[in-house]
Amino acid sequence: MNASKISARNVNVFYGQKQAISDVSLDFDSDVVTALIGPSGCGKSTFLRTLNRMNDTIANARVEGRIALDGEDIYAAEMDVVQLRARVGMVFQKPNPFPKSIFENVAYGPRIHGLASGSAQLADIVERSLKRAGLWDEVKDRLSDSGTALSGGQQQRLCIARAIAVDPEVILMDEPCSALDPIATARIEELIHELKGRYAIVIVTHNMQQAARVSQRTAFFHLGSLVEYGTTSDIFTNPRQERTKDYITGRYG
Amino acid sequence: MSDGVAPIVPGTAAPVTVPARMPTDWQTASRQTRIRRRYAAEARFRLMGLFAVVMSAGFLAILLFTMISNGIGGFAQTRIALPIDFPRAGLTLDQARLKGPGADLALAGAGLPEATQAAAIVAYGPDGDKLLSDGAWLRVRDQVKANPALLRGRATLWVPAADTIDIAAKHDGAPADEAIVAKLKAMGALSTGFNAFFLTASDSTDPTMAGIWGALKGSIFTMVVTLLIAFPVGVLSALYLEEYATRNRFTDLIEVSINNLAAVPSIIFGLLGLAVFLNTFHLPRSAALVGGLTLALMTMPVIVIASRNAIKAVPPSIRDAALGVGASPIQVVFHHVLPLALPGILTGTIIGMARALGETAPLLMIGMRAFISAPPDRLSDPATVLPVQIFLWSDQVNRGFVEKTSAAIIVLLVFLLAMNGVAIYLRNKFETRW
Repeated sequence: MNASKISARNVNVFYGQKQAISDVSLDFDSDVVTALIGPSGCGKSTFLRTLNRMNDTIANARVEGRIALDGEDIYAAEMDVVQLRARVGMVFQKPNPFPKSIFENVAYGPRIHGLASGSAQLADIVERSLKRAGLWDEVKDRLSDSGTALSGGQQQRLCIARAIAVDPEVILMDEPCSALDPIATARIEELIHELKGRYAIVIVTHNMQQAARVSQRTAFFHLGSLVEYGTTSDIFTNPRQERTKDYITGRYG
Repeated sequence: MSDGVAPIVPGTAAPVTVPARMPTDWQTASRQTRIRRRYAAEARFRLMGLFAVVMSAGFLAILLFTMISNGIGGFAQTRIALPIDFPRAGLTLDQARLKGPGADLALAGAGLPEATQAAAIVAYGPDGDKLLSDGAWLRVRDQVKANPALLRGRATLWVPAADTIDIAAKHDGAPADEAIVAKLKAMGALSTGFNAFFLTASDSTDPTMAGIWGALKGSIFTMVVTLLIAFPVGVLSALYLEEYATRNRFTDLIEVSINNLAAVPSIIFGLLGLAVFLNTFHLPRSAALVGGLTLALMTMPVIVIASRNAIKAVPPSIRDAALGVGASPIQVVFHHVLPLALPGILTGTIIGMARALGETAPLLMIGMRAFISAPPDRLSDPATVLPVQIFLWSDQVNRGFVEKTSAAIIVLLVFLLAMNGVAIYLRNKFETRW
C-alpha cells in the first residue's frame, strides 16, 4: 500500500477558548471509505472540516497540528485554499444545490477552475458526473430545470455530482443522508460503493448501521478525541476499548 | 402516585396534594365566555387592520384627487387670436437670415416683440398688449420660422394669453378680467390647448412662460449622480462588512455609525455638503453635481443597511456549497451571494432614491434654490430640482403659479412612479425561485 492520501498528526481545534478536538492523529487511504462515528458534539464534523479547511470560514476557529495531503501540509502558508478544495471535495448534511439549473450546478466547478475548453467538453463533464452520481437517467431531459426543484435525495446526488465534476482526489461527506428518507439513503449508500474505487472517501455519520454498510475503516470519536480506529469489522465485532463497545451496543449516544 | 405529590417546601404547614389529572371541562359557562371573547378579539383586530388600510388608501386617494384637480389646469393654456399684418409691421428683416441658427436673433432684432404688441393694440384697443403673455412674441417667432411665407401678408396667429386672462378663463380671476374673457369669448378670439411650454421651458417670473423641464432635467442629473455614487459605495461597504470584515470593536463602531447616519436629519447633510463640497473643494454652487453628491451621502446609509440585511438573508449553505467546490471568496460573492441578495438591495436602493428625489432641505443649503431660467446642459451647470421648484412656486404671490405648483407635483409623482416601476421590474427580473 502507498503512503496515506491524507495524514493528520496531533490535530487540535479550538473555537475561541473551547477545545473541540484534542490530539487526533489519523490516516486516510485512497480507494477506501473511512467512517467517522461518535455521539453528537464529539467533534467528528469539526475534524472533517479541517481536512479541506472549511473551518477557515468560522471566525474564531483555530487549528493546530499537521494535516498533509500527499505529503503537503495543507495549513502551510503557500497552500492555495481554492486548489485544495478542488482536490478535496465536500458534500454537506443538508442538500444545498445552487438555485440555478441542474446543468449549471454541475458545470459551476469545472467552469470556475477552467477545466473544460469549450461548451461541448463542459457538457461532456456534466453528463459524466451526473452518470457517476446515478442521476443522469432521471434528469437528462430537464437539465435546464432548477436544481432546487428536485427531491431531497436527488438534490443530494446532484451535490455529489457537483463535487465529483471537478475531479477531486478526496470526497468528504458530512452526514450526507441525515436529511433523507430510507430509500434515498439506500441510493446514496449504493453510490458511495460505486465511487469507492476512484476517490478517498471520508464520511461522517450518526448511523452506525450505515458506517458498517459503507465503510472499510471506522474511527470512533468521543468528547473531541479519537478513541479507536481500525477496520470496520474489527470496530463493530471486536472493539478494543470499553467506550467504543458501549457506544456501538447503544449504551449511550 | 408518587408523581402527584407536591414537593414539600420548608416552612409551610401542610403539604398540598395535587390530583394527578384534572380534566378540563370545556362546556362550562366561563370557558364558553372565554372562547367567545377570543373570537371577538380576533374580529376586532381584523376590523382595526381593515380600517387602517382603508384609511391610508383614502388619504392617498384624497392626495391624488386634490393634486390632479388642482394641477391639471397647469397643463392647459389659454390662447388669444392675434391678427398681424406683417408687411405693415415695420420689420427690418434680412430674409436670408431666416434659415439657420441665427434666425432667432435676427427676428428678435428685427423688432418682432414690438410688432406683436402693436398688433395686439390694433386688434384689442389701447390695453390690448396687456392681454398677451410676455412670451407671446416667441410663439409668433416660431410660427414665422416654420413658415416664412407668413411675412408676405396678413395672418391670424394663436398666441398665449397673459396670466390674468389665463386664470380668468379658468374661472378663478378678478371680475374685470372675467368680463374681458367673456368679451373675447364672444368674439371667438379665445381657445384652450395643451401647454407644451410647461414641459419644455424652465422657470420664469411669468407663470404663462414657466415650465418644469429645467427642474426635471436637474432632478434627473442629480439622481444619476446620487445613484452612481451611493449604489456602488453602499453595496461594496455592505459586502465588505458582511463578507470580509472580522467582527471586532472597530467594525461594531462602523456599524453603529452607519445606523446613526441613516437617522440624521437631511438638512445636516446639506450643511455638510456646503462645508465640504463648496467651501473645501470649491465645486460649483447650485450644481446638480454637488446636489447629487450631497444626496448620495444621505442615501448611502440606507443602501448599506438594506444591502447588509439582504446579504445576511442569503443562506450560509450556499456559501458552503460554493467554497466546497473551490470557489474563491470573490467568486462566492459575485456568483452566488450578490445575485441572491440583489432583489433586497434594489428594494433598499429604491427607498433611498425615492427619499432623495423628494428631498428639498439639503439642496437649499448648497444653493439649488436659485432662480434658474435655463435647463442645465452639464452636471456643473446651475440647476434646480423638482421639489425645490415646487417649494419656490408655492411661495410666489402671482396666482398663476398655484396651478403650476400642483402641476409640478404631478410631474414629480409621475417621475417617482416611473422610478419605482423600473426598480420593481428589475427586482422581479432578478428574483430567484427556490
